[in-house]
Amino acid sequence: MVKSRRDFIKISALSSAGLFVGNQVVKATSSVANSPKQDSDYKLPSELKRTPTYCEVCFWKCAGWVHKDEDGQIKKITGNDLDLNSNGRFCPRGTGGVGMYYDEDRLKYPLIRTEERGKQTFRRASWDEAFQYIADKMAKIKEEHGPEATALFTHGSGGKYFTNLIKGFGSANIAAPSYAQCRGPREVAFIATFGQGVNSPENTDIRDTRCLVLIGSHIGENMHNGHVQEMSDAIDKGATIITVDPRFSTAASKSKYWLPIKPATDIALLLAWIHVIINEELYDKKYIEQYAYGFDQLKAHVQNMTPEWAYGITTIKPDVIRETAREMAKAAPATIVHPGRHVTWYGDDTQRLRAVAILNALLGSWGRRGGFYMPDKVSVPHAKLPPFPKPEFTWRDAMGGKYQLADLALANGMCDATIPTSAMSRSIKGWIVNGTNLIETLPDRKKTLAAIQNLDLLVVVDTMPMEITGWADVVLPECTYLERYDSIRDSQHREPTIALRMPAAKPKYESRSAWWMAKNLSKYMGLEQYFPFDSIEEELDHELKQMGTSLAEMQQVGVKKWKRAYDDIYYKDGESVEFPTNTGKIELYSTSLAEGGFDPMPTYTAHPEPPQGYYRLIYGRAPMHTFTRTANNPNLTDLMSENAVWVNPKVAREWDLKNGQEVYLQNQDNVVSSFPVKIRVTERIRWDSVYIVHGFGHANKQLSRAYGRGASDAELITNVMVDPIMGGTGMRGNFVTFRFTKGEEA
Amino acid sequence: MRYAMAVDSKKCVGCSDCVVACQTENNVPIGFARDWVREINHGIYPELHTELRSERCNHCDNAPCVRSCPTGASHYAEGGIVKVTKEKCIGCSACIISCPYDARYIHPQGYVDKCTFCDHRVKDGEDPACVAVCPTKCLYFGDLDDPNSEMSTLLRVRKYKTLIPEAGTDPQLYILV
Repeated sequence: MVKSRRDFIKISALSSAGLFVGNQVVKATSSVANSPKQDSDYKLPSELKRTPTYCEVCFWKCAGWVHKDEDGQIKKITGNDLDLNSNGRFCPRGTGGVGMYYDEDRLKYPLIRTEERGKQTFRRASWDEAFQYIADKMAKIKEEHGPEATALFTHGSGGKYFTNLIKGFGSANIAAPSYAQCRGPREVAFIATFGQGVNSPENTDIRDTRCLVLIGSHIGENMHNGHVQEMSDAIDKGATIITVDPRFSTAASKSKYWLPIKPATDIALLLAWIHVIINEELYDKKYIEQYAYGFDQLKAHVQNMTPEWAYGITTIKPDVIRETAREMAKAAPATIVHPGRHVTWYGDDTQRLRAVAILNALLGSWGRRGGFYMPDKVSVPHAKLPPFPKPEFTWRDAMGGKYQLADLALANGMCDATIPTSAMSRSIKGWIVNGTNLIETLPDRKKTLAAIQNLDLLVVVDTMPMEITGWADVVLPECTYLERYDSIRDSQHREPTIALRMPAAKPKYESRSAWWMAKNLSKYMGLEQYFPFDSIEEELDHELKQMGTSLAEMQQVGVKKWKRAYDDIYYKDGESVEFPTNTGKIELYSTSLAEGGFDPMPTYTAHPEPPQGYYRLIYGRAPMHTFTRTANNPNLTDLMSENAVWVNPKVAREWDLKNGQEVYLQNQDNVVSSFPVKIRVTERIRWDSVYIVHGFGHANKQLSRAYGRGASDAELITNVMVDPIMGGTGMRGNFVTFRFTKGEEA
Repeated sequence: MRYAMAVDSKKCVGCSDCVVACQTENNVPIGFARDWVREINHGIYPELHTELRSERCNHCDNAPCVRSCPTGASHYAEGGIVKVTKEKCIGCSACIISCPYDARYIHPQGYVDKCTFCDHRVKDGEDPACVAVCPTKCLYFGDLDDPNSEMSTLLRVRKYKTLIPEAGTDPQLYILV
């Protein structure tokens, strides 16, 4: 079938029209006759001076309060003192979350792709039309390719409702880029070692640690709220911080030891540390003897991996490697070798995180105060739904038997499963994308766009006109987290807690919540049985009552905490523990990796180095932004409106670069950044690397504050080093050089 | 009563939460700020030192802005807080020029605006918004006339510096180092 190519559409013409169509909005909403209760019909308890929420600006989901001014306008957001994730203190993004609500560039009403005089454009649609369009297309895909040929990409709280919708439809293709593009290797490595992942918020007992080791993890720039707070507590208590980073990060500036490692050599350093700790007998002998499997194999394995060997690879001096290993051991078991969060770097990431897990095991820190605590959580009792149809095909079938150890779906794998090949009998034809800007989130943009061109239907649900919306057939405007209820937050922590999010204001424009969209779509798709409640308030109250509370109580308190059922936050001395691994022990030698045909113990492999005149592209976070999500937030762009490329003064001299000068970056595959980026000459970066903050360089003009500001690292990440164990996409193997004009793209 | 603030540069990560919390608390228009974060770097790779600190009006005991104000809009309020009575302010900018810390700006509505130590919160026993929000708890606020206050204790036990002491303004923002 010859299909017309999908063009990127800018939402511009319509957005401006939206400013003076107040009356039409009312008409359009009231025409949805048989719909369940509108989000805008929510009773907003006016007697509440503040309404509870949990934050949606990042995945930490801090619980807090939304305060209104005398006119009833949202004024500020503060933390909830009962909340363990925030301890009553929001981070800049949470405090600046008000900007998401007030952002005038928000998506305002449903849009459907149409063609006018040979040019693709969006037309404004009613919700009824949008739902009907989606339902018809989904039915057609089901008829032609089966319900399995659909997929959901999701990040954030609303995902749960679309998950039920697509499962009910008959597909199990549900992925979040937070796995294979971020923390996946860490989970697989810790599960292989301890039988348990670290999850979120990570169970690191930073508050009570005496030695915190950060490897490429830049706490303080990544604003993982609880961890930033606890690192500060640890500094107050005099803990030693050891930071391994090619960049003098904020955390490095707080550290007793900064190890400015040559990038891509971390595994060599970790193995040398393991070597020192074993050979100097600094490990926790009792703990290892009682809990660990494979110590002798590990000892033999690391015998040649001396600090002198690692020095030649990492550029870290042998005496520094020894001294830092001894510091860790001195503080053990109150030592944390932090697993990090965004760990998809070089494709051998699961093995690097295995080395991290092994090091923690040797120090006896897993399950110990100041190391890793054992988290607890409550489970929210969801209503029992009819069984979901069993899919005959999933994205895994497109992987040729690879990545069996991935415990969650791979977003990039779903892209692969969307591009037909001769080896695949079926491919995915319809995507629903909820709250994730895949264009900037997935590496290898060419592949993402190729996958999109193979779709019969692309539905994008978002609050903002992110780049992905330009490729959609249907755009559904979601209201912000300040305008909606959502599922109960039940994240793990030292004590089980739940948190409520409720609307502080009615949804602006025609935006609606994910719950309302999924509920309505279910009617058009004949899937009502998976949405048994008439309103989300009813659903939440039903769940909360079973937990011994109620929606009314949660509206008053926001957060509810339970005592742990058992006194088991740390292992007791000599306590017998059955680890959920093959051997029931902490596996220094991984039997599951061995079974899968992988190295049972980590080894160092050299990775390609930048060619002459090129520099390794390192990217990271700024405390006032979350990925691309906040790049247009008026309050947060006021704090940081663009990124800059950090270059060492030596590099600057060589290229005659000045602070503030604008350059284009060009990568090893001749991809040139769409926009210029300013130079920041700083001693805080090695001369073989450059650094930019992720999330800038937006190409959609409708993001009026973000458009063209800085460079997008995602655009320059065309070399993807895939982790053979779990399919994670290693993104640190890209090299860039400077260009003074944009020129022709190769 | 002598209110003062301290910033622990060993803990500040420069996240600017203090800036956005101040903006939303005090209706500071976007594009302006009553407080800000400074990053000071020293050294040559890899022997480096970075100091991050949150700055604002120093609520000086000997404030040039108060002296230079022709209308009496800039004044000392209770506890030594330097304030501006906006109804009296003519927007002449004399105070802005005289302030060595660049702590003031002209509000779009035509008057000079600056940090008030959130005295509207302080009178209710709360900390200023920047102190209350700081995730690293690197900001401290209190009464230096009370020898038992946390502020007084901190300045006894910790090394500290003040900013531009040579200006002779007797600033009351202390940087713990």
